[in-house]
Amino acid sequence: MQDAASSWDWQPGERVILDSVTCGKTHQWQEEPYVASDGERLAAIVRLEDETFSMCVNGKTWESSFEKLWKPCFSPDGRLVVIAQQDGEWSLAVDGATWEEFYAYLWHPCFSADGSVIAAAIQNDGQYGMSVDGTTWSNLFDNANEYAISDNGQSTAAVVQTEAMAAADLAAFRRGVYTVAVNGEAWKNTFMNAWTPTFDAHGRKVATQVRLNLYEYSIAVDDAVWGQTYNCVWEPRFNPGTGEVVAPVRIAGAWGMAQDGKTIWDPVFFQCWHQQFSTDGKVLAAIVAPTFGEFTVAVNAKPWSTTFPVVTELTLSTDGKRAAALACNNNVDWQVVVDGTPWRGKYDMAWKPVFSADGTHVAAKVEKAGRHAVLMDGKAYKRDFEHAWDPVFSPDGSKVLIRAVDKGTFVRIVATLSDFSSRG
Amino acid sequence: MYDIYNFVTGPLVWVSFAILIFGSIYRLGSMYALAKKKDAVSLAYMDWKFSFRSIFNWLIPFKALGWKKNPVLTVVTYVFHICLLATPILLSAHIIMIEESWGVSWWNLPDATADIMTILVIACCAFFAGRRLLQKDVRFLTTGQDWLILAIAALPFITGFLAYHQLFNYQVMVIAHVLAGNIMIAAIPFTRISHMLFAVFTRAYIGSEFGGIRRAKDW
Amino acid sequence: MGIQERLIEDVGLREGVSRLNEDSIQKTVNAVFQGETGARLKAYAEICLRCGMCTEACHFYLSHDKDPTYAPAAKVKQTIGTLLANGGRVSPDQIYSMAQIAYSECNLCRRCVHYCPVGIDTAYMMITMRRICHKLGVTPQYIQDTAHSHSATFNQMWVKDDEWTDTLQWQEEEARDEFPDLRIPLDKEGADVYYSVIAPEPKFRTQLIYQAAAILHTAKIDWTMPAEPGWDNSDMCMFTGDFEMMGRLKRKHFESAQKLKVKRIVMGECGHAFRSVYDVGNRWAGWKHYPVPVVHSVEFFWELLTQGKIKLVSKYPGPVTLQDPCNIVRGRGLGDKLRDVIRILVDGDIVETTSNREHNLCCSAGGGVINCGPPFKNARVEACKAKADQLRATGVKTIIAPCHNCHGGLDDTVHKYELGMDIKFLGDIIYQCMERPEA
Ligand code: HEM
Ligand code: HEM
Ligand code: SF4
Ligand code: SF4
Repeated sequence: MQDAASSWDWQPGERVILDSVTCGKTHQWQEEPYVASDGERLAAIVRLEDETFSMCVNGKTWESSFEKLWKPCFSPDGRLVVIAQQDGEWSLAVDGATWEEFYAYLWHPCFSADGSVIAAAIQNDGQYGMSVDGTTWSNLFDNANEYAISDNGQSTAAVVQTEAMAAADLAAFRRGVYTVAVNGEAWKNTFMNAWTPTFDAHGRKVATQVRLNLYEYSIAVDDAVWGQTYNCVWEPRFNPGTGEVVAPVRIAGAWGMAQDGKTIWDPVFFQCWHQQFSTDGKVLAAIVAPTFGEFTVAVNAKPWSTTFPVVTELTLSTDGKRAAALACNNNVDWQVVVDGTPWRGKYDMAWKPVFSADGTHVAAKVEKAGRHAVLMDGKAYKRDFEHAWDPVFSPDGSKVLIRAVDKGTFVRIVATLSDFSSRG
Repeated sequence: MYDIYNFVTGPLVWVSFAILIFGSIYRLGSMYALAKKKDAVSLAYMDWKFSFRSIFNWLIPFKALGWKKNPVLTVVTYVFHICLLATPILLSAHIIMIEESWGVSWWNLPDATADIMTILVIACCAFFAGRRLLQKDVRFLTTGQDWLILAIAALPFITGFLAYHQLFNYQVMVIAHVLAGNIMIAAIPFTRISHMLFAVFTRAYIGSEFGGIRRAKDW
Repeated sequence: MGIQERLIEDVGLREGVSRLNEDSIQKTVNAVFQGETGARLKAYAEICLRCGMCTEACHFYLSHDKDPTYAPAAKVKQTIGTLLANGGRVSPDQIYSMAQIAYSECNLCRRCVHYCPVGIDTAYMMITMRRICHKLGVTPQYIQDTAHSHSATFNQMWVKDDEWTDTLQWQEEEARDEFPDLRIPLDKEGADVYYSVIAPEPKFRTQLIYQAAAILHTAKIDWTMPAEPGWDNSDMCMFTGDFEMMGRLKRKHFESAQKLKVKRIVMGECGHAFRSVYDVGNRWAGWKHYPVPVVHSVEFFWELLTQGKIKLVSKYPGPVTLQDPCNIVRGRGLGDKLRDVIRILVDGDIVETTSNREHNLCCSAGGGVINCGPPFKNARVEACKAKADQLRATGVKTIIAPCHNCHGGLDDTVHKYELGMDIKFLGDIIYQCMERPEA
């Protein structure tokens, strides 16, 4: 993505992309806007006069229109993707053209990291699985949930149900009818439950949470369960450096972190989840609660000294030297917390912080009194907006791309560091 | 006989009060430690305002729904507990003994009043015993402990009454009374009479939960 | 008299105890006592004065000819009390009866808290008993099945991922006949309101989703519904004693809302789900209060009606009576707002039942009891006799009950005791009486 970003227009200054975000073609209604990462396009679903739906991109509708459209988004490589219905069947429309294949239902579009591969969950004749760029898994299942795609787009996975179950069939459930299917191939072992399958960096190995019986949880990696079981576990993650798998685990009522079945963070936390590695795998950070009701971030098992009632959206810089997260109390008084210190302002809402590639700067979008603002290193960009999208750093970290709508116009601003005053 | 009397009114009283005080500290302390270790989630919701709001409202007779729906028991239990606590503390015989050894004294109840209060406590105990025997739900609930604390509560009053009125052998009765009194004092931390220590906290806790989280009164 | 004479056959309980012996029971029971309980259980067990003041609180007792074995403290005595007295060593058959008491003879309604002079929370003792039963694998079949559904699909009714959005889109389509530009916005980031429901709505009661959409649309609320699992706020795992799953459900629900960056969650007319988000599930996850505010329909409707966002063209003909759902009134103090809303909606008096507001009698469906399913249905409806008597005494024809469980329970009750009363959700009445937006 950073590679793609280097070809964008990084000329400092403001460019009005659209004088009016209202779709040019007459329509019954227009839905909420979505913008491309490069800030050059703004799209929204429109309901046309003939009761069909189309996508309006920079004021112009697609030539095609559909019975129904939902969940539009721009792929990381800038294609506009939306779930579309035609003749009662569903497909994915990419830049106006649907996949050839249509399904009884289609949902959960997802992308490889560079956006070149698009996958989605599908259902045909009551059978469930995934479709990758319009090619359906060779096996479908009685049910599927928790879909995943590898970063390189080579593999997809989901939790699948391996046999049909009668109503209230406790015995079958206890026997275990769930497992993980990778590219449509189910693992041999079945489990009482499986959740959050996740790929390693190369898209070859899959780790997942499993519940072995009502009380014992563990992690399974490529169909092999860790030797150790726990009161509870959360999502596993692969160490991008070593390929080892870590997951938060609950031991005797307290949370710690285990790696390949061995405890690496002592179980001293009331909660521990959303762990994340630095790119080299040397730093592991997670959102933790050192005591009941007080959350913070722990980096390599060491919690920050400040705590908050709620912490979300942990982000590590690429080198793992810095960490940022959001904190709030009861969903208000949002703060951006960087390396344990909150920025000064408190907001009605805040969005996931973004690090520059070298980790020296952090930016985040915030909302106050219905207006959106963009902050960088705790300082606000000189004006606020009706609506803004997450800021994007230039590859060299010296500029910030702001995509925003204000007074009905869609603007694309390349801001330099000095454009951020200290208003807070 | 005199030696026994001296022993039960002397060293034994020290022993009983020591058990009461240190026992209570121990029970409260270990319970708090346990709560900190295992009930941190509950402790986190303790709130002074709502604790006292609940305690206060439950101290008022006939205020809480439970009192209203059990009117006879309510009257009896208030009379019982008030007399139970007030009689020994304000009894002239007790105060004289304390004055003799410590030189301090305070206002005392007229003996006739104390006598009536004693009879009331005994009557209340009889009422409680009657409920335990005759009222179906209470009979189903009753265990040995309940009879034990009823006996522990009743005995000092029965023996004290008999001694005061010099019925039966006075000497024996006084010793029996002092013994029963000592037992009661020492039994507080280690029998169900510990409700005297813990009820404040269970009340405060439920009051905090209801006030702070459930936004409803708990009476 | 006594649990032995009223044992009910249930596959889940029967198979559960068939796998147990005294040793395995003792081990598990003591593991729960030592690992998961502390001062609270200890103090309650020690200081309960066996005074019987709580007896009259319980509708199970009141409805069963004052059978003392249904009294709150008696239920504790027959469950946790017996386990404590025997060092956890009891027979599988005893566990069967204890499970029946804990799962089907207590609604966890906490009415008895208002009766106990020392503040003992009998519901906590019953929940602890259920936790032990869960750990022993002894749970009634039907409620256990919903717990299984929760773990497999993150909703209570085995609703598959696609059935959820498909149903919402179908309801949206239906509603457009009446409200041409109505939307059920899916995954709309940054909306003010995240509307959440319980799984029976998409499964059986789609008209409730329709009504909610109609109301939110008419009130011009900036709202959304999530397209992915997490949408179901219900929580039967809280009632089976599967706290790990309960925590997982709450995490999923709240993170679903956090991901969409909404200001607050508004939930339908459901009681137990509300308890789960403000009082129980959030705690297991470590949040002292909920991380995203959850507004119950009663409060939300109150806002819409008092702020004029919804106007009425007619009023519902009264007089009416109402059911105070334990989890939102005794559990969250919404009694006044509920009455305010009814006063706005109804033309006529509110005839109160004898026990009302935080002193209400439970519908005897709550606490997961109705979810224990058909085997326990008769017993459950029998336990509602005291409530039925109070409802009959109001002499009115309509009961307003802003809770799914209350609805289900009262439906059976009205039928069995031939009360001849209608039961209404607030949403039913608002939908019926509100002014439609000009087309
Ligand atoms: C610990 C040591 C105690 C001592 C040394 C003690 C001593 C006495 C004495 C000397 C009397 C007077 C008997 C008489 O008039 O000839 C008396 C009476 C009495 N004591 Fe105690 N007592 C003790 C504890 C208690 C306790 C714990 C209670 C009750 C909770 C109690 C309740 C009474 C009562 C009710 C009377 C009789 C009052 C009456 O009928 O007028 N005493 N006590
Ligand atoms: C000052 C603190 C005390 C408080 C707040 C307190 C409170 C209560 C309450 C609320 C009850 C339940 C209601 C009832 O059944 O009557 C009760 C019962 C009882 N209390 Fe206390 N109490 C205190 C001290 C004592 C003491 C010092 C004793 C003595 C020996 C005692 C003996 C009893 C007995 C025997 C019962 C059971 C009555 C029955 O059999 O039903 N209490 N107490
Ligand atoms: S049903 Fe309600 S009143 Fe009866 S014991 Fe349970 S919580 Fe108490
Ligand atoms: S009212 Fe409280 S103390 Fe009395 S029997 Fe019931 S639970 Fe126990």
